Parts: sequence; C-alpha cells; structure tokens
Amino acid sequence: MGFKRNPKLAVWKFASCDGCQLSLLDCEDELLDVVGAVDIAYFPEASREYVKGPYDVSLVEGSITTAHDIKRIKRIRKESKFLITIGACATSGGIQALKNYKNVEDFISIVYARPDYIDTLDTSTPIGDHIPVDFELRGCPINKMQLVEVISAFVFGRKPNVPHHSVCLECKLKGNPCVMVAHGTPCMGPITHAGCDALCTAYNRGCFGCYGPMETPNTSSLSRRWQEHLNVSSDDLVRAFRGFNTYAEAFRKESEAHDRPRQEV
Amino acid sequence: MVDTKTLVEKGSKTQEKKTPGAVGLLERGAFDQLFQVLQAQGYTIVGPTVREGVILYDELESPDELPIGWTDEQEAGTYRMQKREDEALFGYTVGPHSWKRFLFPPKHRLFRATRGKDGFDIEEDKYDGPNYAFLGVRACELQAMAIQDNVFLGGDHVDPHYRSRRESALIIAVNCGKAGQTCFCSSMGSGPKAGTGFDLALTELISKDGHAFLLEVGSKKGNKIFKKLPIEKAGKKEQKAADAVVAEAEAQMGRQLDTEGLKDLLYRNYQNPHWEEVAEKCLSCANCTMVCPTCFCSTVEEMTDLSGDHAERWRRWDSCFTMDFTYIHGGSVRQSTRARYRQWMTHKLATWFDQFGTSGCVGCGRCITWCPVGIDLTEEARALRASDQGELQTGMQAEA
Repeated sequence: MGFKRNPKLAVWKFASCDGCQLSLLDCEDELLDVVGAVDIAYFPEASREYVKGPYDVSLVEGSITTAHDIKRIKRIRKESKFLITIGACATSGGIQALKNYKNVEDFISIVYARPDYIDTLDTSTPIGDHIPVDFELRGCPINKMQLVEVISAFVFGRKPNVPHHSVCLECKLKGNPCVMVAHGTPCMGPITHAGCDALCTAYNRGCFGCYGPMETPNTSSLSRRWQEHLNVSSDDLVRAFRGFNTYAEAFRKESEAHDRPRQEV
Repeated sequence: MVDTKTLVEKGSKTQEKKTPGAVGLLERGAFDQLFQVLQAQGYTIVGPTVREGVILYDELESPDELPIGWTDEQEAGTYRMQKREDEALFGYTVGPHSWKRFLFPPKHRLFRATRGKDGFDIEEDKYDGPNYAFLGVRACELQAMAIQDNVFLGGDHVDPHYRSRRESALIIAVNCGKAGQTCFCSSMGSGPKAGTGFDLALTELISKDGHAFLLEVGSKKGNKIFKKLPIEKAGKKEQKAADAVVAEAEAQMGRQLDTEGLKDLLYRNYQNPHWEEVAEKCLSCANCTMVCPTCFCSTVEEMTDLSGDHAERWRRWDSCFTMDFTYIHGGSVRQSTRARYRQWMTHKLATWFDQFGTSGCVGCGRCITWCPVGIDLTEEARALRASDQGELQTGMQAEA
C-alpha cells in the first residue's frame, strides 16, 4: 500500500450539476470499501463534517466561470497532494461552455431581472486551464466504476486503468453491431473517448460524445461521412459537436468549421 | 490453407485429419433433428440469428432462430438486411461477428490473486464453459480459424485458453450460395467452398423441387452426428446442384484483391505518400481490427479492489490503432494514423507471411463493410500498386 494511514480525500464543486460527485454516493456496493480505504475529509454532498487541509487527494467537479472560482481552485491545488478532475465540466468546461461562443452580456440582460447582481467571466473553462491537474476522468457523468478504479489506483500507487481509445473498441467488445454502418445512425463513437461502456449504442442510439474527444480524434473525416452518406446538415453537425464537451479543442474546432454566420432575416 | 496437420502433430487436437467423408441429403423438414442430435450430445449450438438489424452469432435453441428468409446487402461502410424471395436458412454472407468471439473471447479473466500469509495465492481460471457446435461457419471463417490456430497453438507457446475452447468445438460449415459486395475470398484462396477444417459441411439446395441440405462429413466427430440423422442418398444431381450453388457465389464476388507480388509491393512502399491519404480518412477507431476474424492482439489488465487483498488479471482484445498499443517509456512508437494504418495493412498482407507463413487476410470483407467511413482494403492495395515507387523505401523508423 502507498499509505501508512488512510489517505484524506476531499470533494470540491465548481460550476456543475453535482452529477459526477453523486457518482461517488452512487457506488452503493463499493461505497463502504471506498469509505474504508480513504478518510472523507470534505464532501458537503454527503456530510457536514469538515476536516481542514491539506488533503492527500482532491476530486474536483465543475468548470471555472467566475473570478472567485480561479482564486478558490488555486487554494485547493495548494492544499492537495494529488488533484483529480472529474466529469465533462471539470475536464472541458461542460455544456455551460456554450457561452464561450457568444457575448455573455447579451444573455445576462435577457435572463436576469437584476443583471447587476451577476458577476461572471465571459467563459467557462476546464480546471486544467488554471492549475496543473494530476489526472482527468472524463464523462458526463463519469462512470462510477472508473471512479472506483481511479481511487483504487491512487490508494495503491499504481496507474489507473482508464483507456483513451474510441468508444468503438468497447462497443465491439460488447458485441454491439455498429449503428452507423447497420442503421445509418450518426454516431460520435469513433471520435469519442471510451469509458461509458458503450451505453447508448447498446440501445441502438448513436453516441453523443459525453466523454469528449478520444486520443486521436479525426473529427473532419467523421463529419464528411455524416454529410455525404447520412445527410446530416451543417447545423446538425454544429449541434453534435457543441454538446457536453463543446470546448474540448477537437470538438470546438470541428464545430467552428461548420458554423457559418447566418444571414439576418 | 494453413496445414492443420502440423498442428495435430504438435500435440493439438483441434482438428482431426480430414478423411474423405460420406455425403448425404438432409431434407429441410428434418433439419430440426440436427439441433436435437447436437443438443443430445451436449453441444451448445452457436449460429446466425437476427438481432438489432444484423445477422450475428449467438447461442441458439432451435432452427426457428436462424435468419430464415433473410439476406444482407453490404458495401463499404454500410450493411442492410433484406428479405429474400425464398425461405433459406443460410442465405446471407457474413455479419459483424466472427467465431473468434467464442474461441478468443473479447474479455476473459486469466487468474485471481488473494493476499495470504506469505504473499499471494494465485487461482488460475480454466475454461469450464460449454462445448460449442458452431453452425454456419463459412469457408473464409474456416481459413480464419486455421490462421488463429497457427497463432495460438503453433510454435512453442500454446495458449491454453484458446486451446480448450477450440478443442471442444464442433465445426459445421456452410458453403456460400451468395457473395456480398465486399467479399473477396476467391482472391485469397479461402472460399467460397469449404475445403478442410470442418466436422460437417452443408450446402443449402433450394429449387422448385424442394429445400434440402447436402451434407459432407469432414471428421470422425462429424460422422457421429451424420450417422444419427435421417440422411437420404445424394446422387450426381444433388452434387451438381451443390456445385452450382458455390459457382453462383463465386460469380457474385464483389471485390478482388490482386495478391501478385503484394508482399514485396507493401515492403517497398513504406514511404508512399498514399498512406497520408488513407490517414486523412481513417478514424483510428479500431473497428476493422475488432471485426477481423484473424486479428489476435490483446492486452492484459490488472485490477485490485479497494481492500488491496484481491487482484485479478484480465485479457481483452486490443488494437494496433490505439496509442497504448505501442506505448513504451517516452511515448507511443506509432504516433500518426498513417503509421498505424500502414502497420495494420502491412501486417495483414505482408509481414504475416514472414511471421506465420500465410496471409493474415481471408477476404471476408468485414473490415470494408464495418469501417464507419468505408475505407476499402482492396482499394488501398490498388492505390498503392498504382503509385508504386518501384524501389525499396527506407527510413520508416524515422517518422511516426
């Protein structure tokens, strides 16, 4: 074992829906093992207990959307030996990064009764843009078994078994027929990072790209195929790439390639 | 064909030496009895069935689960099922699955380790699954099995997991009566007629006179099944009809691969700029390697539980299209998609000869059909030939 005592774990939230940190509570069968292997020092979703830092490991959920967030994440980094970001928000900026393509002032004036109460940055950015991150666990939401694997790997000082290849590989291991080839369903599986255990394709749905770009995403080739063989429009391509991982570089660039300014009517 | 005899001599009993077998006719009405005989002998039957809009391989209880009256239309990157005009049981070509799924499973545990007083106690996993009867094995798939036999059972290091599955399996081949648009077995010398490596072989005969199967015995194991079936005598007429079935498949072959000098062609074209064009299209998604019936690469993963008292070692299919595949200290050797596609195709069609004495391709066409962007191996080979630079290109290590 890498530790003489149980490592101290903290769970932090930034701009996010809480779904990823809830994956920890969702562990059910494994939860007692997790609690037995680590001391949960700070996890407001689960307990009011608050043990001060420093922490052996911090799990960070959510993206950076305010100036206060930047200060806070820098403090958390200083207090954490090992910092793991979890989920699409923390690793790519999340769905809220859609605002990065627009003028935020326009939204604020439309959405809020008192825009002057709102203090936000123009962008939603991943944690890794602001501080060094030791490991990124992808997904919207993350896969709880992968989370347990990452915690186990950390506890025993080994490399987490989290492959970066395409969803296709795990889809074929499962024995699913390819929905794109067999049904003509647009699927982002070939350019998407594995980890979900090919959940959507197992139910005959195309992959939505929840885990962000895989290690070597050839987005332009996939787009070309969608356009030429599956009659997918440029608008739909933009929507496909502007999902939960819209600000991940490969997805952002591909969406921008198909996003032509529309004529005002 | 890979010489299975040498494998037998090396101590593997995967395939008995072929004895000239008996031939007979089984009426469609009596086909159920084939299932009954196999089940009575303790076999779990695996065969083609319709699922999620494709014909794939799964465990079957009765012939009603076969893809009766169905066929498939395939092209590069597309597969669609179609209704046939008859009630053929085996009137399709090949689907996304291959038999390697059963002989070399996508994921399986190699051992468990439990912490004891003095280190770890290891408990190895041994195969205790069913004896499979594979029903509907195509000629190209027999060739693929022979190739994997060579990989897993040939040489000094026999894979015990593959071996136990392979030895217990019964192979019932079906001669093809139809070739798909992506089929090119005749170029690879592997089909469409099953030559060797089966226990029983069927040819489906459908005419206005009736619906029956010409059965050919390929081994003693097959003969045992054959003897229990209500077989009628087959004459020259039936034999001729069976030949015509295969001839029709041969005539429909949708693709061709010119294998003449192909190995040397690939060896001297490492630097051909054409690889760059393929790389622009290739998704490096690994689908081709997953559906290929001969691709045998795997990785080994270790898991621990949180208590640290239990560990498991699993083997799962891997692909030369992933970055981890060539990861060594300092990074991956084959960084570019160009390098990875070139590796896959060159291994399949050229270096396989040096490594195992045969081609690694059987012409089943799965890599063409199931490539999400429709990359066509035969087309790539043609393009390389057309742009052949004629002399050996060196310095392949310099770039990746």
